[in-house]
Amino acid sequence: MSAIVARNLTKKYNGKPALDDVSFSIAPGRIVGLIGPNGAGKTTALKAILGLTSFEGELSVLGQDPRVARDKLMNDVCFIADVAILPRWIRVSQAIDFVEGVHPRFSRAKCEAFLARTKLQPKQRVREMSKGMIVQLHLALVMAIDAKVLVLDEPTLGLDILYRKQFYQSLLNDYFDEEKTIVVTTHQVEEIEHILTDILFVRAGQIALAATMDEVAERFTEVMVGPEHAEAARALGPLDERTVFGKSIFLFDGIARPRLAQLGELRTPNVADLFVATMKGTYA
Amino acid sequence: MNASTSSLSPARKFGWLLRREFWENRGGFFWAPVIAGIVICVLSLLGAIAGTLHISNLKGEFRLETSADEYVDQLGFIGDGGLLSGVGIVGLVLGFVVFFYCLGALYDDRRDRSILFWKSMPVSDWLTVLSKLAWALVLGPTLAILIGLVIGACLMLISALTMSMIGAPAAWLMIWQSHPIQVTLNALSVVPIYAAWSLPTVGWLMLCSAFARSKPFLWAVLVPILSATLLSWMGALPGISMPHGTIWYVLGYRGLLSIAPGTWYIDSTLVGRLAASAQNIDSPADVMNIIDLSRGWHIFAGADVWIGMAAGAAMIAAAIWLRKRRDDA
Repeated sequence: MSAIVARNLTKKYNGKPALDDVSFSIAPGRIVGLIGPNGAGKTTALKAILGLTSFEGELSVLGQDPRVARDKLMNDVCFIADVAILPRWIRVSQAIDFVEGVHPRFSRAKCEAFLARTKLQPKQRVREMSKGMIVQLHLALVMAIDAKVLVLDEPTLGLDILYRKQFYQSLLNDYFDEEKTIVVTTHQVEEIEHILTDILFVRAGQIALAATMDEVAERFTEVMVGPEHAEAARALGPLDERTVFGKSIFLFDGIARPRLAQLGELRTPNVADLFVATMKGTYA
Repeated sequence: MNASTSSLSPARKFGWLLRREFWENRGGFFWAPVIAGIVICVLSLLGAIAGTLHISNLKGEFRLETSADEYVDQLGFIGDGGLLSGVGIVGLVLGFVVFFYCLGALYDDRRDRSILFWKSMPVSDWLTVLSKLAWALVLGPTLAILIGLVIGACLMLISALTMSMIGAPAAWLMIWQSHPIQVTLNALSVVPIYAAWSLPTVGWLMLCSAFARSKPFLWAVLVPILSATLLSWMGALPGISMPHGTIWYVLGYRGLLSIAPGTWYIDSTLVGRLAASAQNIDSPADVMNIIDLSRGWHIFAGADVWIGMAAGAAMIAAAIWLRKRRDDA
């Protein structure tokens, strides 16, 4: 059974579609990168999944309609957003008490173990914390919840590199397992591509590419081509062409590797390059 | 521990929501009345000292003009008056606290986006709104009254001290002769009256709080006042007669001002009642009767309060609906 299934998902803001007839499905145990330029509809999609917005079409999260039963769904779904959304007045101890009080799957012991690795003090208020510390607190709260789906919307925005590395490391080492599903959006694609199992590219409210990382490696190939083979490479209809140190790098979709190997050195494109190629002309 | 159906009871969640409200609003519900009380106590103490010095300069002699029994009774009623004035002071503060609490209740967390955190918890929107309503109508006023009684006790001590300093005999008897339990029950009996009476205002403010994209205060104040003004102007047109009094009473008084404790005493029958009582003041007990707070129960005999409650409940329901649907965080 899929963790999340969307069929003909549409959401309009003042008549302009933020999501335009989108369909996708996400299996349990996957880490899915929802990647797209600003304003592509990523956050709208996440809000729909979390029951925070109305929409047209069908959406099922763990078999439930998020519009109908947000509060029930939140037993199994956790969420960390880009901006530090913890209330500024709350103390660390109060946040733990409250979540323990209302969340049936929260483990105080786990949360305190995570917090013991940070500098956070029980009496400390959110407004006295740096941005990195707020995210640490939120992550500790969320990781102590035994949920099935974790939604991350730009979770590391504005954090320094130490916090960002630590964030994804804890997530992978201490939280993720094959029964959990993580959906993450971020602009720092390079940082998460090694942890992703799937990618969903979103562009102007539509899915531009949905593939597992294995499929990506199979389908897409980059070739470093010297000037002598450039014309031949162009004839094969590359997705993208860029020049690095006098050599052209071509990105191909679905062309057999042996054939490309004759043109030059092959490599698997990284997600960022693939993204740039796919989104060409978005802001034009 | 891994039971996938495990869930916590709504009652338990509600308890934590109430605690959450107190954590956030400790300043309004606790410190505001406490500080107001401290200020009043300090001022009356200073006043008492100044007055005592003045009187001792006059070298007057304290003379009893009544019998000893009556004097002792009077001491008790002065004590009760002290207790009640403590409650009165926090009542004044409470009106402002609840007004701004309601305006912020469903707005502040949308403004700072922490609503996304609250909504990521398995707590329903109606339970959240009801927890805020409970603070505005019941818990806030109850806490305020209890604080008011403590302030009142301080004021009573200050009066006893003052009286003994100016030479009144046995002034400390005031403490034993007052009726703290009666006054406490009397004061607490106001809570349900307050809840019922202020519901339309609280409902309106919370609706604005859930509705406004910005500046809930302006929405809350300007909409009733401008519409009442508009309706009144229309009454100036030929051929249209407007019940000006009713319009302003409903929109302004019941829609905005009913959040101030005690406003239920001020209705059409007030003047008559005051006049009637004024003629019958023969003893301190009569004074107590006039300020008998539980008199407010008379409002439940009229349609006014019931209509207000129905309107308030409808506005709360609308606020819950908006809380669920509003998507601008």
